[in-house]
Amino acid sequence: MIDIKNLRASVDDKEILKGLNLKIGKGEVHAIMGPNGSGKSTLSYVLSGKEGYNVEGEIKFNKKNLLELNAEERAREGIFLAFQYPIEIPGVFTNNFLRTSLNSVRKANGKAELNAIDFLKIVKEKAKELNIGEEMLSRPLNVGFSGGEKKRNEILQMSLLEPSFVVMDETDSGLDIDALKIVSNGVNSLRDPERSFLIITHYQRLLNYIKPDFVHVLSDGKIVKTGDWKLALDLEDEGYGQFIN
Amino acid sequence: MSNGQEFIKNYKQGSDYAHGFVTDIETIDVPKGLSKEVVHFISKQKKEPQWMLDWRLKAFDRLQSMKEPDWQKPKYPKINYQDLYYYSAPKSLTDQPKSLDDIDPEIRKTYEKLGIPLLEQKKLAGIAVDAVFDSVSVATTFKDKLNEIGVIFCSISEATREHPELVQKYLGSVIPMSDHFFATLNSAVFTDGSFVYIPPGVRCPMELSTYFRINASNTGQFERTLIIADKGSYVSYLEGCTAPMRDENQLHAANVELVALDDAEIKYSTVQNWYPGDKEGNGGIYNFVTKRGACRGKNSKISWTQVETGSAITWKYPSCILQGDNSQGEFYSVAITNNYQKADTGTKMIHLGKNTRSKIISKGISAGHADNTYRGLVSIHPKATGAKNYTQCDSLLVGNKCGAHTIPYIENKNSTSEIEHEATTSKISDDQLFYCRQRGLNQEEAVSLIVNGFCKEVLQQLPMEFAVEAQKLVGISLEGSVG
Repeated sequence: MIDIKNLRASVDDKEILKGLNLKIGKGEVHAIMGPNGSGKSTLSYVLSGKEGYNVEGEIKFNKKNLLELNAEERAREGIFLAFQYPIEIPGVFTNNFLRTSLNSVRKANGKAELNAIDFLKIVKEKAKELNIGEEMLSRPLNVGFSGGEKKRNEILQMSLLEPSFVVMDETDSGLDIDALKIVSNGVNSLRDPERSFLIITHYQRLLNYIKPDFVHVLSDGKIVKTGDWKLALDLEDEGYGQFIN
Repeated sequence: MSNGQEFIKNYKQGSDYAHGFVTDIETIDVPKGLSKEVVHFISKQKKEPQWMLDWRLKAFDRLQSMKEPDWQKPKYPKINYQDLYYYSAPKSLTDQPKSLDDIDPEIRKTYEKLGIPLLEQKKLAGIAVDAVFDSVSVATTFKDKLNEIGVIFCSISEATREHPELVQKYLGSVIPMSDHFFATLNSAVFTDGSFVYIPPGVRCPMELSTYFRINASNTGQFERTLIIADKGSYVSYLEGCTAPMRDENQLHAANVELVALDDAEIKYSTVQNWYPGDKEGNGGIYNFVTKRGACRGKNSKISWTQVETGSAITWKYPSCILQGDNSQGEFYSVAITNNYQKADTGTKMIHLGKNTRSKIISKGISAGHADNTYRGLVSIHPKATGAKNYTQCDSLLVGNKCGAHTIPYIENKNSTSEIEHEATTSKISDDQLFYCRQRGLNQEEAVSLIVNGFCKEVLQQLPMEFAVEAQKLVGISLEGSVG
C-alpha cells in the first residue's frame, strides 16, 4: 500500500524528518507514538502533501510516486488526513463542504457527482451510523464546534470519502472519554481489508480502543523501534525517555 | 447632421475573455464628440417629444460649467469626452421591431452565447426581459401579460412617448439633473434603459430583468433607468451585464432612479461582470454609475443588492433617501477585485423621516494587485427621530499585494438615533486552503468555496436563479488569484 524510504523533510533548513522508513500493507493499522517535537505532525503533512516542506526520499503509494502529486491529487487517490486541529471556514455550511469534497473526489475517479438530495441521504445515513448529530451539518464548517465535534466531523468526512489510506494526526487529543469512544468506534467500523491506517498519537489510551497491528516509536525524525501493540503498553509504563538521546 | 449611415463601424474580434466576442452587425453611430447637435440627434432618433429634448439641452448647458469629480481613490487617465461616440444603435432596428421575429438574428445569437434565455426559456421561468443591446432596447417580452395588471415595463424612450406624464413627473426627481458631472452628462445624452411603473396595490408577479451589453467600440454607454412603485406595490428588478473585449477603456455612466411611494417596496439586484481589463491592467470598463432610490412614502422600502466582479474601475454608491416615516433602506454588496481592478463603492443612507431604518452589509474581496474601497455615508437628519442604522463591512484579502480600505462616514444630528458599525478584515489562510485541498478540492475550487462562504449573506439576497449564476461568477472572477 505505502512504502516510505529514507524520507527527509525540512523547514527553513531545519531538518525534522531524518531518514524515515516505513512500510504499511493493505488493511494494516499502524500506530506511531513519540514525544513532542519528534516529527509526528510533519510526517502527516508530508504524506498528505502540505506545501512549505523541503522533502527528499521516496514515498510509493500503490506504486505511484506520491511526492509528484499535489495535495488534492493525493486526496483523490485515496489519502485522507484527519487533522489534529480541523480548520474553521466561516460561512461555508458543513454539508456544502462535504458535498463539494465528495464530488471532487468522485469526479476525479470517474464517478457521477451527487446532487444535493442524494448526497443528503447518504450523509445522514453515515452520520447516524457514527452516532453523529445531523444538526452539525447545517452549521458553518468547524466554526464554534467543540473539540469533540470537530474530531467527529473528521470521522464523518473519512467515512464519506472512503479513503484507502488514513492518517490520523493525534485525533485523540482533547477528547473526553465519550467522544473518544465515538471516534474509535467510527474508525473501527471503517477498518477494512482494503483500507490502511496510520494512527499518530501521544498516548496509549486510544490504542485500547483501536488495536493496531504494529506500533512504531518515532524519535528525532526517525523510527527507532517497532513492535506489536504491546509496545504501546511498555511505553505507557516507561515513557519515551529511553529513546531520547 | 448625417443620418449615421456613413459611420458604420468595423469590428475587431475579441479573444481570451469568455464574453469577449463582438457581434458582427451594422451599427449607426453619430460622429465622435459631445455637442448640441449630438443631443438633438439622439432625441430625434428616439422620436422624443419636445419637452424631453428641452430637458436634455438644459442638462447639456449645465454640464458646460461642471467639472469631473476627482476625490475617488482609483485614479484614471483623463477622459477626452470629444473622442467618444454618444450614440450607436443596431442599424436594422432604426425602426422598432414589431415582434421577436423582427430581431436581428445576429443579436439573438449574441444573447444565446451569453446564455441569456430571451424567448421561451424566459417565459417558462416567468421572467420578462427588456434587453438593452448597445443603446436601443431590442426586445420587450411579456408586455401583454404585464399590461393586464397595469404594470408598465418598457424602454425609457418608449415611456417618454407613451407615458410622458409619469416620466416628466419622476425623471430627475431622485437624481437631480445637475447632481454631479456624470449624472448631468447622462441627463444630456442618455440613450436608453428601462422604465417600470407598478400601479397601486400590485405585486409584480415576475422578476423584471434587463441585460445590458456594451458592444460598439468607443461608445460611451449612458443608460437611464426609472422605476416607480406606486402605493402598496412591490417589484423585484434584476440587472446583469457582460461586455466584449476591448483595448480602449470604455466609459459607462448610467443613472438609475427608484421611487417608492407609501407602503411600496423595490428590490433592485445587480450582477455586474463587465470586461475588467487584461491581467496587466490594460483596457476594461469604467463603471461610474449613479444609483439612487427615494423611499418617498411612509413604510416604503428599497433594497439594493449588488455583485460587482467586472470593470477596470467600479465607482458607485447605490443610495437610499429615507424620506417617508418608517421607511427602510438596505444595501447588500459584494465587490470582487482581482489583478489590477479597482473598486470604490458603498452606499449612502440619508435618514430624513421618523423611525427610518437602514442596513448595510458590504463584502469586499481583493486579490492580485487590486484595490478595494468601501466608502459609505450614514446621515441622520434632525427630524429623523428614532432612526436606526446597522453597518457591517468585511474585507477579505487574497494574497499580499492587494489592498482593502473602509471609509465610513457617519453624520448624526438626532440624539435618539442608534448607529452601529462593525468592520473586519481577514485573509484566506494557507491552512484553510490546505484543508480544502486535502479533501480533494483544487486551489480554485477552494478559493471559490471560501469566498462564497464569506459573501453568503449578500448572495442569499439575490433571487434564486441569479444567486446560482453569481456563485459561479465569484469563483470565475478569482481564478488564478492564488498560488
